[in-house]
Amino acid sequence: MIDPQASPLPAGTDPAVTLGTIGTTVPGVDAADVVAYALRLGDDSLILGQRLSEWCAKSPEMELDIALMNLSLDLFGRARTLLSHAAALENEGRDEDSIAFLRDIGDFRNVLLVEQPNGDFAETIVRQVLFDCFDLPFQEALAASADETLAAVAAKAVKESAYHLRFSANWLIRLGDGTEESHRRAQAALDALAPYAHELFETDALEDRLIKAGVAVDRAALRPRFDERLAAILKEATLTLPGTEWRPTGGRRGEHSEALGFLLAEMQWMQRAYPDSEW
Amino acid sequence: MRDATAEQRAWEALETVFDPEIPQLSIVDLGIVRAVEAGGDGTVRADLSPTYSGCPAVSVIELDAEVALRAAGFASVTIKRALSPAWTTDWITDRGRQKLLEAGIAPPAGEASKMALLDPEVSSVTCPHCGSENTEQVSEFGSTACKALHRCRDCLEPFDYFKCI
Repeated sequence: MIDPQASPLPAGTDPAVTLGTIGTTVPGVDAADVVAYALRLGDDSLILGQRLSEWCAKSPEMELDIALMNLSLDLFGRARTLLSHAAALENEGRDEDSIAFLRDIGDFRNVLLVEQPNGDFAETIVRQVLFDCFDLPFQEALAASADETLAAVAAKAVKESAYHLRFSANWLIRLGDGTEESHRRAQAALDALAPYAHELFETDALEDRLIKAGVAVDRAALRPRFDERLAAILKEATLTLPGTEWRPTGGRRGEHSEALGFLLAEMQWMQRAYPDSEW
Repeated sequence: MRDATAEQRAWEALETVFDPEIPQLSIVDLGIVRAVEAGGDGTVRADLSPTYSGCPAVSVIELDAEVALRAAGFASVTIKRALSPAWTTDWITDRGRQKLLEAGIAPPAGEASKMALLDPEVSSVTCPHCGSENTEQVSEFGSTACKALHRCRDCLEPFDYFKCI
């Protein structure tokens, strides 16, 4: 988005940038469904991006600091387009910023996995591996969406997700197959976070409708590829999946863990304290 | 009506716009200008493709492009952010690669389509300082979203590598 304040153009000139397909979707599809879907995807990206950004200036190594911030930026980039798309389709006067900064916790639609606290470096990496193993095949499939904006965001995201997975998988292998201490921490992180991966594959009536319309991705169909890729990484990392039946869920209905509240308090503070403030 | 002379003028204007994070390279050489349509009536549309979804330079580049086109005499400017097809380093021109090298940044090695997922870079990266191929990766992520950090084992200098995506 061009900031008119910073523009040397004549006052009153509208920003000239357009992303042609934002705010339009497939004829015959209920726009409210696409709004809800774009919010789910946008919130997953936004909240994980915010979590990763919390490592800024305190990662274990400077190279990791840079890497985690790069991941974070990619996710924020996706979130911006997805939330703008939702806002334009909804047409109720909101924009990407008000959706990100002025909603309360019960209105967020991200999965619980992405809001889990960073913990130690092993927990951050396990959370990232679980997300990336899902996200790469998801973005590949979404690139064929009948909704042109979703397809365009995904086509861009595929390359980034592949790069993210390479980073997170290599680090998990290094931690798991590393020292006794790094192995212990990586296994503990996996035990704690693996149950949260199930929610990534959950679907509901809304997504079923969008799958039929060629807009949404059939998450359940991605499960075999996720399982296969994760198993290969864990084998090399000498880690084992926990055998628990626990499947925490609720993020898509706005039922979040306490951790999201603290994340939002930090992320939204500026806009809440100084409404409509701009750079 | 498209006007070839006006389009030529638009392309020349866009060649004066640089990525603020890679000031050696015009956005034309970077391969992010995907299309230009200009008419004799002062209207122009340029399609620009962001390098990365969250690249902080995207807005600045779009603004600079609009300013350059207005300065070149176009009264009605539209900049379209084209996400699809996604930008690839394969679109960096030969002149762009040469300029990267001169700036001490190793241009992307090989072609994006041949990248393996979980392996390190398939092609070897040549040191932009001494030309040695005896180099190693220090970090997969570098000073900007589009770069990784490498080091030469011969001249021992660290250098930026433009990631191949």
